[in-house]
Amino acid sequence: MFQEQIEQIQGLRLHLIPTEKYKTNTIVFKMKAPLRKEDVTLRALLPYVLQSATKTHPTMMQLRSYLDDLYGATLHVDLMKKGEYHIITFRIDIANEKFLKDAAPLLSKALELLHEILFSPLLENGAFSTKIVEQEKRVLKQKIQSIFDDKMRYANLRLVQEMYKGEPYALDVHGELQDVDQIDAKRLYAYYERALKEDDVDLYVIGDVDIAEVKTMVERLFSFSPRKGNALNDGIRKTKAEVKEIIERQDVKQGKLNIGYRTNVTYNDDDYYALQVWNGIFGGFSHSKLFINVREKASLAYYAASRVESHQGFLMVMSGIEPKNYEKAVKIINEQMEAMKKGDFTDEEITQTKAVIRNQLLETIDTPRGMVEVSYHNVIAQRKRPFHEWLQGIDAVTRDQIVQVAKKIELDTIYFLTEKDGENQ
Amino acid sequence: MKTIRYEQLQEQLFYEKLENGLDVYILPKKGFNKTYATFTTRYGSVDNRFVPFGQTEMKQVPDGIAHFLEHKLFEKEDGDVFQQFSKQGASANAFTSFTRTAYLFSSTTNVEKNLETLIDFVQSPYFTEQTVEKEKGIIAQEIRMYDDNPDWRLYFGLIESMYHEHPVKIDIAGTVESISEITKDLLYECYETFYHPSNMLLFIVGPVDHVKIMEQIRQNQARKTFRAAENIQRWHYEEPTEVAEAKKVIEMNVQTPKCLVGIKAKNVSRLGQEKLKHELAMNVLLDYLFGKSSPHYERLYQQGLIDETFAYDYTEEKEFGFALIGGDTPDPDQLATELKQTLFQFTTIHENELERIKKKKIGAFLRSLNSPEYIANQFTRYAFNEMSLFEVVPTLETLTVADIEAVASECLDEKQLTVCQVVPKAR
Repeated sequence: MFQEQIEQIQGLRLHLIPTEKYKTNTIVFKMKAPLRKEDVTLRALLPYVLQSATKTHPTMMQLRSYLDDLYGATLHVDLMKKGEYHIITFRIDIANEKFLKDAAPLLSKALELLHEILFSPLLENGAFSTKIVEQEKRVLKQKIQSIFDDKMRYANLRLVQEMYKGEPYALDVHGELQDVDQIDAKRLYAYYERALKEDDVDLYVIGDVDIAEVKTMVERLFSFSPRKGNALNDGIRKTKAEVKEIIERQDVKQGKLNIGYRTNVTYNDDDYYALQVWNGIFGGFSHSKLFINVREKASLAYYAASRVESHQGFLMVMSGIEPKNYEKAVKIINEQMEAMKKGDFTDEEITQTKAVIRNQLLETIDTPRGMVEVSYHNVIAQRKRPFHEWLQGIDAVTRDQIVQVAKKIELDTIYFLTEKDGENQ
Repeated sequence: MKTIRYEQLQEQLFYEKLENGLDVYILPKKGFNKTYATFTTRYGSVDNRFVPFGQTEMKQVPDGIAHFLEHKLFEKEDGDVFQQFSKQGASANAFTSFTRTAYLFSSTTNVEKNLETLIDFVQSPYFTEQTVEKEKGIIAQEIRMYDDNPDWRLYFGLIESMYHEHPVKIDIAGTVESISEITKDLLYECYETFYHPSNMLLFIVGPVDHVKIMEQIRQNQARKTFRAAENIQRWHYEEPTEVAEAKKVIEMNVQTPKCLVGIKAKNVSRLGQEKLKHELAMNVLLDYLFGKSSPHYERLYQQGLIDETFAYDYTEEKEFGFALIGGDTPDPDQLATELKQTLFQFTTIHENELERIKKKKIGAFLRSLNSPEYIANQFTRYAFNEMSLFEVVPTLETLTVADIEAVASECLDEKQLTVCQVVPKAR
């Protein structure tokens, strides 16, 4: 289990998680806003510009040398999508000085650095540095283009684009290629000033730390104005129409089959735990129906798995197969889905799946990243599910509830990336 | 049972060599939920020519067989071991590298049961012609998946260019053709040769009672009979010092080109502590030249030649060693030229710079000790090369400017360098 203390410091929610199991301390800062086409590319660029330079460390070399001097503190930024939210994350991980020969305090330095990155970026004429913005625009374009090169990621992205056409969830966290060039230093900075005022902001401090001391430090350093919170408008989600089938041809050796479903169950719903167990039996693990039937029995694939997105109610099945086996694989996957709806699974499969989910949950909170992930679900959703409730909730799921969930799940889109006609024949 | 204490790190390691030759290490970790265990044999993709147990002649086996065996060991007469692990709330896995095959589980409950399952399944092979045939389709798809992965193709393209003879240049999974030659008898032959306890290491890290766990392992092994340990005779490949070819270009269905520069190690005959020192010195040199705080990284980034995919690494095993440097780039030729120039222009490192990089590496080492997976896997890799993971920090601390200059003058030689690029297919 883990202990989490939450403090509201003006507009900032501070999450303190004390633990002695690590040799380093971790600071995670998150900014959350609704996914919108007009903002997404700006947000994709923003953290990369901020982590490039500050007033005190005006070049990447200077900033990174400073991190080296702090015993190789790491600074990472990333982007993610949870439901229809876009989330920017800054993460600093720094050695706990008690394991070092010279024992200068390091955590306060890391918090000061985070403050500097957020509130004292390198500015010129009241905007970000043009040189840095231009540099990061180029890197962003290359990053968006490179998704095409990783066929597994590309197929995931394409399925989501097709399935959620016209909905915010179709947007990729890295933004839109054609929008990058319209951004300049001034516009980006103006957006950043707005985001600092409007985004939901959460700060996590995890490690062998004194709660009161960290709280005082954060109060002294950070001052986020109070904000009203950016809840999503409900009831805009489309309902399913006809099943779409999209076949895309490229020069590939393996076909990538990605199938999208609407679960109609999210983190906010009572049957969310039942959905987790359902997914575990269906395709989440190496004892699941997909692995057993697509891989072990039919030898069609090396991987065949399913994944649930908790806040969107999105379910995806993924498998890499020989192009000629498309129909065979789709048929087997459909059969597994039907079997779930009919309750065609044993009590042993339920017990086994619950044991594995329980194990996975406990393993998740063995890493700082995992603890943040578990806690942050409760920032996104209306419904709060503390960790101990997760364990009980999974345990209490019944066969009936699993079948009920199965019946809510609707096939939406089948996407297949496959070889060009006439190849390998 | 021996106790090894690491005061500064506040860790204790327990070790015993069992009668049958198996090395067992236990690192208790308080506060963690998870126990992670690896059971590893000194047997990987490069071991493709050897004298099988009970025979006298060298034998060449099909490429990819070590990896194939790894897949097949999970299957038993009464079903799949994955099923058993998941009933016991564990998640199990395995991997094959150039020099090792490792079987592992992690679990937060039933640790003793899962440990028993791990040891027993690895020590009871069950191969049939039918299950071997069935696996070929699955592994063929694993190979196809890598065929479409440009980073993997780039990585193996680079190694292929470095090595003339040594099987490190062959893909770990083999090819669809080579795995078609695998039979159950060949699998048994490899198994009998390489899976003797004296060729293996068991590592357990987690919130465990080391006395109880060690006793459990002793009893488990005492119940089984093993033949006497024998030295394994592996073919020694005569590998020329210099690279096989200077440049390779692979055309693929990609939008962004990729480029790696490889440095083939000249001398891999060092052992133990000396090897560790050499490996660390080489990594310090790469950090100094190409780390995010280096002037070269900044310049290449500003020129638009690299992005955040840029990476570098040096690793050394018993018979091979290489560095690789590079990533995505719009101009792979220009990047190759710049990287080579940076390497050749190196003369020395300033004392302050060396201290800064040491600090960075010490912090990174502490961070890696947060990860039970890292500890078990890396400890095993080091142990198989007669090095110790826990000597990393003390060894780093002894590195001098002269040590860095020495590795540079040994490795930075045009004949040791090769370039591999993945570029978009001409239309």
